[in-house]
Order: sequence, then structure tokens, then C-alpha cells
Amino acid sequence: MIIPLLVLFIIIYGIIKKVNVYDTFVDGAKEGVEMGLSLFPYILGMILATNILLKSGLLDAMLELLAPIFNFFHFPKELFPLAFIRSISGSASISTLNMILSTYGADSFIGKVASTMQGSTDTTIYIITLYFGSIGIKKTRHALKAGLFADLISIIASVIMVKLLL
Amino acid sequence: MINYIWAFIIIASILYSFVTGNYKIINNEILISSKTCIDLILKLFPMIALWNGIVTIANKSGLLNKFALLISPILSKLFKNIPKESNAIGYIASNIAVNMFGLGSAATPLGLKAMKELQKYNKNKDEASDEMITFLVLNTIGITLIPTTVISLRLSNGSSDASCIVLTSILSTFISAIFGLLLDYHFRKKRK
Repeated sequence: MIIPLLVLFIIIYGIIKKVNVYDTFVDGAKEGVEMGLSLFPYILGMILATNILLKSGLLDAMLELLAPIFNFFHFPKELFPLAFIRSISGSASISTLNMILSTYGADSFIGKVASTMQGSTDTTIYIITLYFGSIGIKKTRHALKAGLFADLISIIASVIMVKLLL
Repeated sequence: MINYIWAFIIIASILYSFVTGNYKIINNEILISSKTCIDLILKLFPMIALWNGIVTIANKSGLLNKFALLISPILSKLFKNIPKESNAIGYIASNIAVNMFGLGSAATPLGLKAMKELQKYNKNKDEASDEMITFLVLNTIGITLIPTTVISLRLSNGSSDASCIVLTSILSTFISAIFGLLLDYHFRKKRK
């Protein structure tokens, strides 16, 4: 419901403001195509890393060690790879999410929580590195702590929200 | 840091596969990863292009600016020490507005401008100011109205209700925003 409404609103508002809506759409889409293409090397690098991590069985072995902790918090261990990678790399988490959705199904509980996790947070470490790096900040104080804490909360909240609402 | 993590994952995984003896699988995995990548990009591509087109209309018609004006009073409260005449609040508001509509490519330059502006009011130039950290918390939380990438991945993986995660994502972002800002506030107080 929200998507059609938003599209409708954006286009009507554009026409009222005398924007050439079709030309603008095409321009934007063109930029989107370039953006998609420029993602390729990043995603490729991350697919290489995450796929061999998952297929080598190393991650499963690590999960086995951590299983008591997950069980204690009732956190589904299938979601651990995504939770682990989400704050580090956007490309890696896209490829991990894709793997989770194709393994467990997009409409499964795991699939819905994974989607919510991906949709409800951004790549904290990348943003901190980029933004502070651009103005030469060396001492970042509690930025990383606060950012990662918020990520952790959003992971927990994703599980709870999907349980409550979907 | 990402360099180390990437290298560590690859080295550790390959070594582990030698130990357990299933290096044949890894061999295949390395060879097909470029194909897996093309498949994934093809899944994401159409939606990224489409959404970018729609949001560009919103940007050009001034809708995103309007939206930024709407949220800036709330932001002024979070960034009390930044003088009214500064452009910082404007950049931060636009950055958040653009992020909410999922126009990531436009959000980053605005975010960098905001940081530059905040640096002007920073006493210690190589240390992050309170305001910078608050802005980063707001940014890393990833306030997004429509997570288009996720929706397109769900669609291509056969979801019957791909956008059902919109509401759960918004709520979960909102909760993490509150907790993130509370922790940030706690650290600020502790310092004083």
C-alpha cells in the first residue's frame, strides 16, 4: 500500500511543480543503472569471501561454539552470519541476505527477520570510516560503541517485530 | 579495517577447508562466484534503477527539501550547540530525508558536507565532537522508508508479499534510534 501511494504522491507533486516527470525519471534511472554497475566489483569481492566462509563450514563450526549463547537468548542461529556482517559491509550483507532468502525462503520466519534486519540498519563501520576520514578525525570517541549498540538493538528488535506483527 | 576482515575471512576459510578436506567445494565456489555475483546484480539492478528514477522526481520537484524542512525542528533540538545560521542542520536534514527515500548515492555527499560544517564548530579538530557522533548515530541507524534492495531480493527469491517487511523495518529502526541516541546522551553526560 505504502509504495503505490508514495509513487502516486511523488508523481502528482512533480506535475504540480511543473517537473518533466518522465525525463527526470529516465535521468534518475540512468544514474541508478550506473550505480548498479559500480556495485559489481564490491559485491563480487564480498560474494567470494562470504560464500567460501559459509561453504567451508568454518562459520558453522564457529556457530557450534556460540550455540549456547544463541539458545539462551532464543536468537535463531541461522541469522548469525547476517548479524555478524551487517555492520561491516553493505555488499557482503546483501550477498548474505540473498543466500539466506534462497536457503530458507523469503516468506519463512528466518527470511522475514533477515529482511527486516537488512532493511532497518546501515553499514555502521563503513559510514564511520568514510565520514570521519573525510574531515581528518582520528579520535572517534564513543561513535563506534553507540553505532554498534544501535545495530545490536535493531537486530533484537527485528526478531521481536517479526514475531509480533508477521 | 575492511582489508583485514576480507583477507582474514578468505584465508581462514581456505585453511579450514584444507583441514577438513572439503577443498573441492571451495574450488568450485571460487570459480562460480563471478556468476553468483552477476545473478545477484541482475536481481538488484531493475529495482535500483526504477527507484532512483522515482526519487529523482521527488528530489527535483523540491519534495525532499520540503520533507527536510519538516524534520529540521526536531534536529535543532538534538544539535543545540550548532548556531542557527549554520548550514549544518540543513545538510543533516537533507541527508536524512534522502536516506529515508533510499537515494543512497545522493545521501553520502550531503553527509560529508554536514560533517565539514560540523567540523567548523569543533574545538579539537582531530577529535569527534558530540554533534558529529549524534549525527553518525542517526546515520548508521539507516532510517529508511522503503528498503528497495531488500524488497527486490525478496521478490526475486519468490516472496508472495515482498514489501511486508516495510513496517517491521521502520519500527525496528525507530527502536534502535531511540536506544542509540540514549546511549549517545549517556556518554555525553559522563564526559561532563
